[in-house]
Amino acid sequence: MAAIQYVFFALEGREAARLLDNAAMIHFVVHEEGDGVGVVVVEGVKSGQHLTGWIMEDDKDVEVVAKSDIPIGHKVALKDYREGDTVIKYGVDIGRVVKPIGKGEHLHVHNVKTKRW
Amino acid sequence: MELKNATFWGYKRPNGRIGVRNHVVILPVDDLSNAAAQAVENNVKGTMALPHPYGRLQFGADLDLHFRTLIGTGSNPNVAAVVVICIEEEWAKKVADGIRASGKPVAHFGIEQHGDHDTIMRASKAAREFLQAASELRREERPLKDLWVSTKCGESDTTSGCGANPTVGNAFDKLYPHGVTLVFGETTELTGGEHLVAARCRNDEVRKKFQFVFDRYQQVIDRHKTSDLMDSQPTKGNIAGGLTTIEEKALGNIQKIGRKCVVDGVLDKAETPTGPGLWFMDSSSAAAEMVTLCAAAGYAVHFFPTGQGNVIGNPILPVIKLCANPRTVRTMSEHIDVDVTGLLRKELTPDQAGDKLLECLFRTANGRLTAAEALGHREFVLTRLYESA
Repeated sequence: MAAIQYVFFALEGREAARLLDNAAMIHFVVHEEGDGVGVVVVEGVKSGQHLTGWIMEDDKDVEVVAKSDIPIGHKVALKDYREGDTVIKYGVDIGRVVKPIGKGEHLHVHNVKTKRW
Repeated sequence: MELKNATFWGYKRPNGRIGVRNHVVILPVDDLSNAAAQAVENNVKGTMALPHPYGRLQFGADLDLHFRTLIGTGSNPNVAAVVVICIEEEWAKKVADGIRASGKPVAHFGIEQHGDHDTIMRASKAAREFLQAASELRREERPLKDLWVSTKCGESDTTSGCGANPTVGNAFDKLYPHGVTLVFGETTELTGGEHLVAARCRNDEVRKKFQFVFDRYQQVIDRHKTSDLMDSQPTKGNIAGGLTTIEEKALGNIQKIGRKCVVDGVLDKAETPTGPGLWFMDSSSAAAEMVTLCAAAGYAVHFFPTGQGNVIGNPILPVIKLCANPRTVRTMSEHIDVDVTGLLRKELTPDQAGDKLLECLFRTANGRLTAAEALGHREFVLTRLYESA
């Protein structure tokens, strides 16, 4: 917080406002507390980027550091997964993990499959 | 949005149903009649032909569905009058008589023993009379309950589940208490969330019927599948948009029925509901098939949430598209009627997003053309159940 205030006072108005906007920006959304994934809702998320998430149902914030480049609309893992684990989204089972996934990594068809069909 | 005394302006048809468009349709019963139907459309400006590839040597339940869809399409209140053309006059009459039950003007023509030229001439004369008569019909103010609204999503991505689909859900929750007739479907696209829909059914009888059609469709998948349906369900587009499994897609899909609506009944494909409430229609999840079935069931306006940018329209049912994906809204803005990207930036509440969609619903019902209508998207796709004889 102190760092943000320092930046705010050190920069001209418009640039400071842009940075503050960035600070409040939502990079991913989570449907409800307990979900193991977030949906990236901005373009250009890069590995190493600090991401701010919004848990929609509970109106809470959550943070994670991206460990992969993740396209808009794709999911970021919010916990570590082992092979055979179940992924929960909307509070419901959305599939099984077929390759280990680390927290912050891209979670998609290369490491998660359907349990139906 | 206060909907207690809400009204819209529509066309009252002889059977009491209210339409929001005033089309004169040239309806071929089979593939062979497309050329004549399109020639009539060309002769009489302002009419609309609905060409399609089917109608020959179908039988049993598949043929019943073909007739039900054509008769339902012609009977839709967005249609003022219909000219039916078939290679065989007897089936032209069968479809025409089905539509005549709705009380609207219908004429029918068989091509055999006449040829295209004579058929086109006779049908064009009827179409011209119908069009001029329809042009004198006037909209009247009607209560909201007279509006029938359907929904189906397409080219979904993860923003559909957290943005566009919950917006439809919010609007459905607001429309439901006012006696609006609503429908959703996409039987296989509930896979993974079917228990949530079952829990929302009005009573055990509805639940049993829902579970029956759901299980039946699963058997169809099991019988014909050669893989886990990857790239079909979810589609390539869904996967590009971040959806990983059918379960995830289904849970996003189900957001469209909101949180308060109750599933009041189950419809067969293209079946007309018998009263207000939220209906589930057993249907394909392919966009144009499902929307065509909704039109045939009598729905007047359609909510179509998209993520990656489906461009679908329907010839007689205005399709309102909404999207929460900022990239899609930026790259495909000409297809999007309602931009709800603000939801994912916390700039728009779900309540405000729902109101935004409802505002577009009223404007569309009152006559504003949707993006799909302006762009000429008229996807008319008949559902087939199995091979022709």
